[in-house]
Amino acid sequence: MGLRLNEAVDAAIRAHGAETYPNECCGALIGRDGVVTETLALPNTTEEGPRRRFKVRPQDYRAAEGRAAQVGGELLGFYHSHPDHPAKPSQTDLDYAWPFFSYVIVSVSEGVSGDMTSWRLRGDRSAFDQEDLNS
Amino acid sequence: MPNTIHIPTPLRPFTEKNESVEVSGATVGELLADLTTKYEGLRKHLYADDGRLRNFVNVYLNDEDIRYLQREKTPVKPGDSLSIVPSVAGGAPTAPADRVAAGLQTGPRAAGAVDLNAEEIKRYSRHLIMPEVGVDGQKKLKAGSVLCIGAGGLGSPAAMYLAAAGVGRIGIVDFDVVDFSNLQRQLLHGTSSVGRSKLDSAKDRLADLNPHIEIDTYETTVTSDNALDLFKPYDVILDGTDNFPTRYLVNDACVLSGKPNAYGSIFRFEGQASVFATKEGPCYRCLYPEPPPPGLVPSCAEGGVLGVLPGIIGVIQATEAIKLILGVGDPLIGRFLIYDALKMRFRELKLRKDPDCPVCGTHPTVTKLIDYEQFCGIRPEPAAQATGAAVNEWETTSVDLKKRLDAGDDVFILDVREPNEYQICRIPGSVLIPLGELPRRYAELPKDKDIVAHCKMGGRSAKAQEFLQSVGFKRVKNLRGGILDWIDKVDPSQPKY
Repeated sequence: MGLRLNEAVDAAIRAHGAETYPNECCGALIGRDGVVTETLALPNTTEEGPRRRFKVRPQDYRAAEGRAAQVGGELLGFYHSHPDHPAKPSQTDLDYAWPFFSYVIVSVSEGVSGDMTSWRLRGDRSAFDQEDLNS
Repeated sequence: MPNTIHIPTPLRPFTEKNESVEVSGATVGELLADLTTKYEGLRKHLYADDGRLRNFVNVYLNDEDIRYLQREKTPVKPGDSLSIVPSVAGGAPTAPADRVAAGLQTGPRAAGAVDLNAEEIKRYSRHLIMPEVGVDGQKKLKAGSVLCIGAGGLGSPAAMYLAAAGVGRIGIVDFDVVDFSNLQRQLLHGTSSVGRSKLDSAKDRLADLNPHIEIDTYETTVTSDNALDLFKPYDVILDGTDNFPTRYLVNDACVLSGKPNAYGSIFRFEGQASVFATKEGPCYRCLYPEPPPPGLVPSCAEGGVLGVLPGIIGVIQATEAIKLILGVGDPLIGRFLIYDALKMRFRELKLRKDPDCPVCGTHPTVTKLIDYEQFCGIRPEPAAQATGAAVNEWETTSVDLKKRLDAGDDVFILDVREPNEYQICRIPGSVLIPLGELPRRYAELPKDKDIVAHCKMGGRSAKAQEFLQSVGFKRVKNLRGGILDWIDKVDPSQPKY
C-alpha cells in the first residue's frame, strides 16, 4: 500500500508549507483508492504555538468530510509541515493519530519545502509505519 | 426507537464501512458503550487505557459538543443522533515525550554515565580544582538538567551561568519575541535580536557560551495541561515567571512531580529567592496560601525594575540549582531571602512547611493541576476585546478617542501615571494626576465634561475610573490599553516604554 499524489497536490502541499513557515500548515487529503486528487488547506488552530503544533478544528474536519462526499471521493488523511525539523512523525503526531488515515509530513527548512513522507498508524497505536509516497 | 451514531472516515473500517450505526441507550455514554460492544475494534481508538474518552475524540449530540452538555452522562432522546468528530493534531518533535520517540534522555542520568573530554577538562578547570566540585561534581553537572521557565530577566543570567558551568541539559520555556524594552536587563538577548523569538536568541547565545551542553526549547506557555510533561525530564525547575497564575502553577507542578523549584522574583529594587517544593521543605503555598487580589501587585511592566536586580536574583537561583545538582552546601530550603538593592541589604526569613498546606501538607486538597487564572481571580478577557470594540460602557478605545478629539469634542483627558512616565510620552492636552494623588485632588476635575482616564496599559486608570465613579463622576471612561495602545494605533511618533 502506498499513497499517490498528483503533481498539483504535491505542489499545493509544498506551497502551503512554505507559505505558513515558520509556522506549521495543515490540510486534508481528498481522493480515492490511495490517490490524492485534491487538498483542502485548513487553518492551524493550535493554542500551543503554531511553530511546533497544529490542530484542525472539528468543524474543519467536518468540512473536509463534506468536501470529500461532494466530489464523490473519500477523506484519505491529512498533511502538515515540520518547520526546520525532519519529515518524521513526533510523539504528538502519534498521540493524536487516527487509524487508516495517511499522514503526510513535509519538512520545510528556512522557508523552502524539502522532504515529504507519508505515515500510517499501526493497528495497536504503538507507532507509525512509513508508506510509499509517489508523486 | 434506536439512535444513530455518525462514524468518521477513519473508523469506518471497524463498522463494516457503515457511515452510521444504530445503537440504543439512555445516555451518550451508553450509546458509545453499545457501539464499542458491537464493534470492539473501535475501543482503543476512542478510549484511553484509563477508560476515559481520548481528548482528541469529539462527540456531538445533534451538533452540540457534549463537553458543553453533561459529557457522557448527557441524556439522549429517541431520534437524537451522535457524531464522532476527530480532532486532528500533531506537530514537530519538541515535547519531552518526543525524547522517548527519539531515544533521547528522559530523566535524570547517573554521573557515572558521562565523561569529560580534554576540551571540557580545560574549560571547567576552575571547577575541577575545587574539592567541592572536582571531576565527580563536574560530571554530576554534566549529567544534570534544569528547566528555566522564561528567558527573560531572571532566566537570562540563570541560563547563561548554568550553561557556562556545564549543566548538561538546559530547557527553556518561552513564547515571546525580543523587544527593545527587554535589553535593559535580559542579557541573553542583544540589540541585533530584537524581533527574533527569545528561544532562538537564547539558544544561539547559550550554544556559543558552551557547545558541550544540550539546549531544549519549548515555544509555549506553561499550562496545567503541559506542565507535568514539561517538568518530567529535568532535575530542577527554575521559576523565572512574572505573574501569579504561572507562579502557583509552577509551584504546584513542582510539588506534584517532586522537582525542587529554584524560585526568584523581582520588583523595582527588591528581589526574593528561595528553594521550594523539596521533599522536606516548604512550598510557595506554605508561604502564600492565597494569591493577592488581581491588580494589587503591579508587574515589572507597570512598576518598573532596576535592570541589574534580576542579574543578582537570577544568579542566586542558578547558584541554588547548581548546589542542588552537586549536593553541596546549605540550600535555600526553608529560608526566604529578601534583597534590597537600594539599601544593599540581604534579609532572611525562616519558612516552615505548613502541615495544612493544600498542596504539600499532610492532607492535600490540590492533587492535580487546576485553573490558575481562575484561582488568581483573573477573568478571561471578553471576546469583544479581540475585535477592537469597546467591551463595556466604562471603556473607550484610542481610535474612538482620536475621532472625538478630531471632531472637536471637549474631552478631558486624565493621565493617572507618575510624573516620570509623563515625561516619556503623553497624549496632547492631557492633565496629569497620579493615581495615588487622585483621592485628594479629584475636585480639580470637571463634572460637566466627559473624562477619559488613561495610564500605561489600562490597569491603574481602570481603578481611577472606578474611584471617580464612586465619588460621583458619571462621565468617566477608561482608555483601554492605555497610552501604549494610543501610540500603536494613533500616534506612532511617540516612544513606547
